[in-house]
Parts: sequence; structure tokens; C-alpha cells
Amino acid sequence: MADVQPAEPALQHQFESMEQQKEASSLGMWVFLVTEILFFGGLFLTYTIYRWENARAFADASRHMDITLGTINTVVLIFSSLTMAMAVHSAETGRRRLLILFLIATMILGGVFLGIKAVEYTDHIQHHLFPGPGFRYPAGADAHGASLFFSLYFAMTGLHALHMIIGLGILTTLLLMARRGRFTAEYFTPVEVSGLYWHFVDIVWIFLFPLLYLIGRHLH
Amino acid sequence: MSEHIVPVKVYVGVFLTLMVMTAITTFVSGIDLGPWNTVVALGIAVFKATLVVLFFMHVKYSPRLTAIVIAGGIFWLLILLALTFSDFATRGWLPSLVGT
Repeated sequence: MADVQPAEPALQHQFESMEQQKEASSLGMWVFLVTEILFFGGLFLTYTIYRWENARAFADASRHMDITLGTINTVVLIFSSLTMAMAVHSAETGRRRLLILFLIATMILGGVFLGIKAVEYTDHIQHHLFPGPGFRYPAGADAHGASLFFSLYFAMTGLHALHMIIGLGILTTLLLMARRGRFTAEYFTPVEVSGLYWHFVDIVWIFLFPLLYLIGRHLH
Repeated sequence: MSEHIVPVKVYVGVFLTLMVMTAITTFVSGIDLGPWNTVVALGIAVFKATLVVLFFMHVKYSPRLTAIVIAGGIFWLLILLALTFSDFATRGWLPSLVGT
């Protein structure tokens, strides 16, 4: 048996076919993403309870968000999901040059997102909106409720940004692997599962954007 | 089944729909709908997330087992949310037994 050459060089011996191997990898990634759903879910739960108890303060605090930057970042991130989907598409159709191009595009868009996020953070911190001893809020307003909002804002977007940074690390690895010709139309599992991760991070932002940026917009 | 390659125009179509939905959610947030603002915002977010999961993440073309695992994860999230909310919503319904 040991001398029998496998039909596909990338096929691990415990799998019967490339398709089964690919499905097993995707399923494994999804099991990890389910733990991520519950990880972020706990934060969304905390957000909901505190917003329930401090509805007005949350809406008012949300008006400190720059909706233009938030919307631009939403567009940038969804666009990066498209380029990631196109990277996976390029891999499965065996087009290496296109794969490299789309991976770089995704990384640039991810970098733009983090850059805009950094601008926003700097602005909040300069306006004394980072919770803690330096937190300053107009007299007469509900500073306690606002402080809770900003704690959750920094925790949730910070954790999201951390996922983006890890994602950029993963994309860098993919880029190096792609340049070395490690992917073929038959074997591109790392591209596929990394795509799942990147899209998941996009989904988290799809929920964060309305809940953090838009809840106070209709108030005057 | 996993050999199914999603056509590029599907990806572009999903992307354009996501863009339109982003515009709608930003626009609607400026109109005072009372408690419905949050409902609309979350409804649109769930719709956008579903599009990403089905098409960008290929779940529409994946084995049913993948969908079951995801549904299981979301169900567990709903347990987390439902039990905690039912606790917070019903506090004060009964007189406190402490100190009486």
C-alpha cells in the first residue's frame, strides 16, 4: 500500500476524495465560526441589555459617531468581501495571477478600513470619549449611560478590528503561498476557509454599523 | 456539489444588493419610526448577513450538514439571548423576597 501513488498529490490519506477533504475543511472552519458567533453574541447581548436600560443615553452617545466615515467603512468592507470572493473564484478556476491580484486588493481594502477606524478612534480619544478617568461628557447629559455606550463601542469595534488585523496576517500568508504556486484548481482549501473567516468579520460589521452609528440619527 | 463554481455575476449582484441595503439602512435611520427604527435596522442587517452567508460563503452550494451546523450555532445564540432577555424583562414582576 505504501508504494501506491495517490491520484491527487494534495489528497491526505484519511480522505476518500478531494471533494470530501474540501468539505471537511470547510465544515471545520464553520465549527470555529460558530464559536465566534457566540463570542460576539455575548457582546451583542450585553449591548442590548445596557441599551434597554439606557436607551436615551445610548442614542445620544451614538450621535458622536461620524456617520460618513462609518458608511464609507461599511462600503469598503463589503467591497473587500467581494474581492475576497473573487480571490476564491480565481483560485478555483486556477488563475494564479488573478488570485494574487484579488488578495492584494482585499488587503488594501482591509488596510483602508483599519486606517479609517484609527482616525475615528483618535477623534474620540481627543474628545475625551474613551471610558475611564479621562472621560468627559457635557454637564446635564447622562455621562454614566454614555460611558457604557463607549465602553461597548470600543470593546466591540476593537475586537472586530483585532479580527481584521489577524485577517490581514492570514491574507499575507495566502499571498506568499499563492506566489510560491501552492494552490491549484484542485487544491485551494486555505483560500476557501480564509475567505469564510473574512466574510464572517464582514458580517459582524454589518451588525455593528447600524447598532453603533445609526441609533441616534432620527433624534434631534 | 462543492465543485459548483459560483458565476462572477452572482457575486457582483450580491455586492450591489448589499450596497443598496447599506444605503437604505443609512437613509431609514434618519426617519423617526419610534421602536421600528431598530427593527428595520436589524431586519436589513439579517438580510445582508444571509446574502453573505449563502453566496459569498457558498452555503447555498455546500452540503446540508454545513447549514445544520450554522443553524445549530444560531439556535444556541438564540438560547443565550432569549433566556437572558426573559430574565431582564421579568425582573420586578414579583415582589422581592429579600428583606421582607
